[in-house]
Amino acid sequence: MSDREITNLRLQAFALSTLQTVGPVAASIALGLGLAGLLVALLGASPTQFFTTLWAGTLGSTYGFSQVLFKATPLIFTGLAVALAFQARLFNIGAEGQMVIGGLAMAWAGASFPGLPFPLGVIEALAFGALAGGLWGAIPGLLKARTGAHEVIVTIMLNFVALALANYLLANHLALPETVRSAEVTAGATLPRFSDFWSALRGSPLNLALLLGVAAAILLELWSNRTPVGFSLRVLGEGPKQARYAGLPLARLTVFAMTASGALAALAGSNFILGYKHYYEEGFSAGAGFQGIAVALLARNRPIWIVPSAIFFGLLSYGGLVVNSIVPRELIDLLEAVILLFFIVFDRMLRTLPDRLLLLRARAPETP
Amino acid sequence: METAFAFIAQVLRISVPYGLGAVGGAFSERGGVVNIALEGIFICGAFGAVWGTLATGNPWAGVFTGVLSGMLLAALHALVTVRGKADQILSGLALNLLAVGATRSLLKVMYGSASNSPRIDGLPGLPISLPAGFEAIGELLGSPFFLLAIAAVIAGQVLLFGTGFGLALRAAGDGPRALDGAGYSVGNFRVLGVLLSGFYGGLAGAWLAMEQHNFTDGMSSGRGYIALAAMIVGKWRPAAAAAACLLFGAAETLQIRIHSDKLPSQFLQMIPYLVTLIVLAGWIGRAQPPKALGDPYDREAAE
Repeated sequence: MSDREITNLRLQAFALSTLQTVGPVAASIALGLGLAGLLVALLGASPTQFFTTLWAGTLGSTYGFSQVLFKATPLIFTGLAVALAFQARLFNIGAEGQMVIGGLAMAWAGASFPGLPFPLGVIEALAFGALAGGLWGAIPGLLKARTGAHEVIVTIMLNFVALALANYLLANHLALPETVRSAEVTAGATLPRFSDFWSALRGSPLNLALLLGVAAAILLELWSNRTPVGFSLRVLGEGPKQARYAGLPLARLTVFAMTASGALAALAGSNFILGYKHYYEEGFSAGAGFQGIAVALLARNRPIWIVPSAIFFGLLSYGGLVVNSIVPRELIDLLEAVILLFFIVFDRMLRTLPDRLLLLRARAPETP
Repeated sequence: METAFAFIAQVLRISVPYGLGAVGGAFSERGGVVNIALEGIFICGAFGAVWGTLATGNPWAGVFTGVLSGMLLAALHALVTVRGKADQILSGLALNLLAVGATRSLLKVMYGSASNSPRIDGLPGLPISLPAGFEAIGELLGSPFFLLAIAAVIAGQVLLFGTGFGLALRAAGDGPRALDGAGYSVGNFRVLGVLLSGFYGGLAGAWLAMEQHNFTDGMSSGRGYIALAAMIVGKWRPAAAAAACLLFGAAETLQIRIHSDKLPSQFLQMIPYLVTLIVLAGWIGRAQPPKALGDPYDREAAE
C-alpha cells in the first residue's frame, strides 16, 4: 500500500469518526428545533418570533446567558453522575432522589456549623451532601451486585422513597417554624455570586457552583482516562463477561460506580442551596436529575463534553421561561424528549453505517 | 366481615392497572423488547381516555382513544427499537419523557392548565344488588370495565401460551434465530408484541383516568414501573404476573386505608415503592428473563 493510499484511508477513518460523533448530535438538535418551529406555527404563533425571542433572551444578552449557565450548573453535576454510572453500563435514573437526599444533608450541614469560615464551610457542606447522596446511590449498587435487581426499576422506586423521606425530615425536623424550608446556611458555607464581582450580572443567580461543576468535569475526564479504576469502569461497561475475563471485582466496581454517581448527583444541589436560595425546599431540584440523563447521552458520557451538553439543556430550560409569553413553556419538555429520541436513533444508525456500507458493497454485482 | 369484603374489593380495583400493565409488559418482553416505556404508555392512555371522553361525551369512546394513545407510544417504541435497533432502555426512558412533555403541553394548550384536566364522569356501572355487606363486591362485579380487564388478562394468558401466535412471539424473545430460520419475521412479531403492550398499557391508563375522573400531570406515579416489577415476579407469564399485582394492589390499598397518628403520612406514601424494592431484590435471582431480551435481532451477525 502506498503512502498516499494510507493517508487516504486515515482521512476516511477520521471523516467517518467525526461524522459518527458530531452527526447525531447536530442532526437531532436541528430536527428537534425544526419540529419545535412547526409546532409553534401549528399553535398559531410565529416561528420567527419564537426563535428570535429565544435567542435574544438566552445567548443574545449577558444577563440571559448567565441565567442559562445558572440552569446548566446542576445539569453538569447530574450529567456527570449519569455518565459515570453509564461508563460502567449502569443506568442511574435515581439522580433526582440522590440530589434530594444529598441536598437535604447539604442544607443541614451548611446551617449547623456556624464557626466554619469560607471556604471550609462550603467544603464541609459539600462533603455531607456527597456522603448522603453517595450512600443513597450505594443502595441500587448493592442490590444490583447482591441480588441482580435491575438498577432502572430500583433507582426509580428510590426516587419516590427519597422524596417522601425528605418531605418527612423537612416537615418534622428541619423546617423553620411556620415555613416549608430549612434554615439558611451560614456565611462560611455560602458560594458567592458572580454579580458580586461583575455588575453587568446584577440580579443573576449565577454563582461559583458553576466553576465547581466545570472543575468536576475536568477532574472526572482525567480520572476516567488516566487511572486504573477509571479504566476498570469502562471495561465493566463493555459487559460483565469482559470484566470477569479481565479479573475485575465486578460487585465492588458496581457498588463503587453507583456510590460515586450518587455523590456527584448530590453536589448538583450546591447551585441552589449554597449559591442561590441558601436553603432546602421541596422541588428545588426542578427535575435536574432526570435531565441529567439527556445531558449525559448527548455528551456520550464523556465528562468533558458534559459541560457544553449541560449548557445546551440549560438553554432549553431557561428558554422555556423566555418564550412562555409566545407558546406554553411545557413545549420545551416535549422538545427535549424529541431531541433525545432522534439522537438515540441517529446514533445507532451512524454507528452501524460502516457495516452496512460494507454489506452493500459486498452485495453489489461486480461491475464489468 | 363487611370491611374485609370492602378491603378485598378495593385491592382488586387498585390492582387492575398493575395487572393490565404486567400483561402488556409480558407481551413486549416475551418478544424480546424491554419496555420501560410502559410508564409513558400509562400516561398516554390516561390522557387519551380523558380527551376522548371530553370530546365525545361518551366514556367508552374515551377508553378506545386511551387504548389508541397507548398503542401510539408503543408504536414509536417499536419503530425505534425494532426497526431502528436502538437501545431499548434508552428508547423507553426517552419515550417516558416524551409522554410527560406531550401530555403537559396538550393539557396546557387544550385545557389551559399544565397540571390537570376538567373532570369526567367515568363509566357507569350496572346495578347488581347483593345482600348487605357485599355492596363493594357487587359494585365491582357490576363494573363493565372491571370485567373487561379480567377478560383481557385471561385472553393475554391464552394468547401467549395457548396459540401458535404466542409460541412464535415467545420464540422471537427466546430464540430469534430459530424463528427466523423457520421462515417467520422476527421483527414483525416483536412489533406486534410491543403494540400489544401498548394496548394493555393504554387500557391501564384509561382505567386510572376513569377511577380518578380526570387527568393530572404525571398521574401514573411510577405504576408502569411497578407493573414491570410484577411482571418479573410473575416470571413473564400474564396470569401469574396479574396475580402478583394483587400484592402491589394490597400495598397501595394499605397506604390509602391506614390512618395512624404514630405513622407519618410520608412513610405511608413509601409503602408501594418499598414493597416493590423488597420484592424485586428478593425475587429476581429466581426469575429467568427471555434469553434474547434486550438484544436487537441482527440476522447478519455471527452467532
